[in-house]
Amino acid sequence: MSILVHAGTRVLCQGITGEAGRFHAQKALEYGTNVVGGVTPGKGGTTIDLGAARVPVFDTVSQAVAATGADATMIYVPAPFAADAILEAIDAKVALAVCITEGIPALDMARVHPELARSRTRLIGPNCPGIITPGDPAGGRAGGGCKIGIMPGYIHRPGSIGVVSRSGTLTYEAVWQLTQLSLGQSTCVGIGGDPIPGTSFVDVLSLFQDDAATHGIVMIGEIGGAAEEEAASFIREHVSKPVVGFIAGRSAPPGKRMGHAGAIIAGGKGTAGEKVEALEAAGVKVVANPSHLGAVMKELLAPAV
Amino acid sequence: MKIHEHQAKELLACFGVPVLRGRLAHDAEGAAKAFDELAAGVAVVKAQVHAGGRGKAGGVKLVRSAAEARAAAATMFARPLVTPQTGGAGAKVRRVWVEEGCEIARELYLGVVLDRAQRRPVVMASAEGGVEIEEVAARSPEKIVREWFDPLAGLHAFQARRVAFALGLSGDAFKAAVPLFQGVARCFVEKDASMVEVNPLVVTKAGRVFALDAKMAFDGNALFRQKDVVALRDRDEEDARELAASEHGLSWVSLDGDVGCMVNGAGLAMATMDAIKLAGGTPANFLDVGGGATQEQVSAAFKLILKDASVRAVLVNIFGGIAKCDVIAGGILAAAAEVHLAVPLVVRLEGTNVELGRRMLDESGMKIVTAATIDEAATRAVELARRGATRRTAP
Repeated sequence: MSILVHAGTRVLCQGITGEAGRFHAQKALEYGTNVVGGVTPGKGGTTIDLGAARVPVFDTVSQAVAATGADATMIYVPAPFAADAILEAIDAKVALAVCITEGIPALDMARVHPELARSRTRLIGPNCPGIITPGDPAGGRAGGGCKIGIMPGYIHRPGSIGVVSRSGTLTYEAVWQLTQLSLGQSTCVGIGGDPIPGTSFVDVLSLFQDDAATHGIVMIGEIGGAAEEEAASFIREHVSKPVVGFIAGRSAPPGKRMGHAGAIIAGGKGTAGEKVEALEAAGVKVVANPSHLGAVMKELLAPAV
Repeated sequence: MKIHEHQAKELLACFGVPVLRGRLAHDAEGAAKAFDELAAGVAVVKAQVHAGGRGKAGGVKLVRSAAEARAAAATMFARPLVTPQTGGAGAKVRRVWVEEGCEIARELYLGVVLDRAQRRPVVMASAEGGVEIEEVAARSPEKIVREWFDPLAGLHAFQARRVAFALGLSGDAFKAAVPLFQGVARCFVEKDASMVEVNPLVVTKAGRVFALDAKMAFDGNALFRQKDVVALRDRDEEDARELAASEHGLSWVSLDGDVGCMVNGAGLAMATMDAIKLAGGTPANFLDVGGGATQEQVSAAFKLILKDASVRAVLVNIFGGIAKCDVIAGGILAAAAEVHLAVPLVVRLEGTNVELGRRMLDESGMKIVTAATIDEAATRAVELARRGATRRTAP
């Protein structure tokens, strides 16, 4: 089992004729994702070659959904137009929208949010690596995996650890440590590094807690905002599975944006120290050293002697 | 991106926010002339730098004559202004704003920021003006009033009234404050600001309301549609290396340590800095070369790191996803061929094409310390930086 996506998920790609969209749609298809079509306004009625298959291109998301029965979409639309692409996915009632795009204006997301809250669409991202439910690392439709995003598929293995993170490559780092220790993953979710994400730590933690196939959770946060503190309150009340955490940015200076739009200590708030303290108080095993994420997860899962 | 006080006031004035008359001066003589032109009897000379805390640092002076204005400006231009926000070296003053004086009855605080938890902008106000809002928040949070608003609808009049009532405004000041609050909120939204701060917002003895100080910062992601805001950019106020890095599509923050870092991904870059700290060292910079780094970017990044004279070791930590390890290795070798590498280099590669990348480094004949984990890489880099420091300080 897994959360949010599985081998049966029917996936669209918004921005499929762009360089990034096409490249990652092809990689997703190779991994075994059921990519059923794409959307590029003005290119409707054509098809696009994704190597292993050709898929139809539509002018609008609603046309694409009607024709393909898609229940998920991955958005590779440039930042100035990405908020509109998300709104179109919401309008077409797509169950899951994954927005990879980095650099969306914060107020665009503030405008999207009320629409999202009224809808039945779940948004992951923006500014995230995406979501993957690992299949056979060899890939292909028989592999049973679903990869919607830019993460390298081969570092993942099917298994029982849920991973949720605000980061991209730091997530790959954690996943690779797990894989090398023979700890596969149920699903890995990158919620993104922007100040207003569509899906929060709490949302994903709740899904992992309810997923019978997830036995342990790795949570990777960073400085800025209070999402980790909210996660800590939730974990204390509702999560019984072991959680290993890491908070990036203990050494970051205040008032400086560290790469991610959301990674900033503002007005003395959002420091790594506060987050670590809140998570530890909630029973999360927070590692100071990012190289220890996998090993500590393994220790926590080992049957007590 | 930040702008100067006088620029923020000009922007706010476009949204109906009352500001006092003022003139910009680039030298002491200009300040004297500005004083005469204002013909206000009393004026304030204010150093224009992108940092707060100017008042206590001597960056704001009340003057009563052109000669006083000249002298005040000359002092500000003479040496860097050191405030709690500038760091020890201070900020060079290149322009001053000379503004007419006013008789202050009350000082209030007004700010607009994006509330991440509520996912929408919030207007914050307090009757304690002239004090850092963080200080008020820590000491007496009940004194801060907040009104959240939808960016599409703006701040409603009833919300603006609620703020004005909470601040105890009445009469003419109340009437002026309501559209002022709405104007500041509209300015925040229409200009894609990340922060607007009017501190203090003053009520004069005559019952008028003015933005006496103004700070604005903008969402870097929205600058593509804010050409007039971009035109206000003052590159002199920005870190030269951060600017140079951004021209190569790299994300850089200058820090004060001695271990230079090059990492792909913001989270991994922070984690690498943390590992350096954990190993007893200090990072010289934050640098994210991005998920799809090219050989040119890696090479440019490398040169930027080596420009910093305090760097005594360089740590490269790459987890190849889209960015392949062989490309990164190629970039390192290309940069090393161009610039003289006088400090030790520790490289940790993992991910896509890692074997090829490691082999390229091994076979290059360069003196590169390779490490298998972040932990090991950080420990080695800190050790080598320390050894370098000892060598340099030895008699």
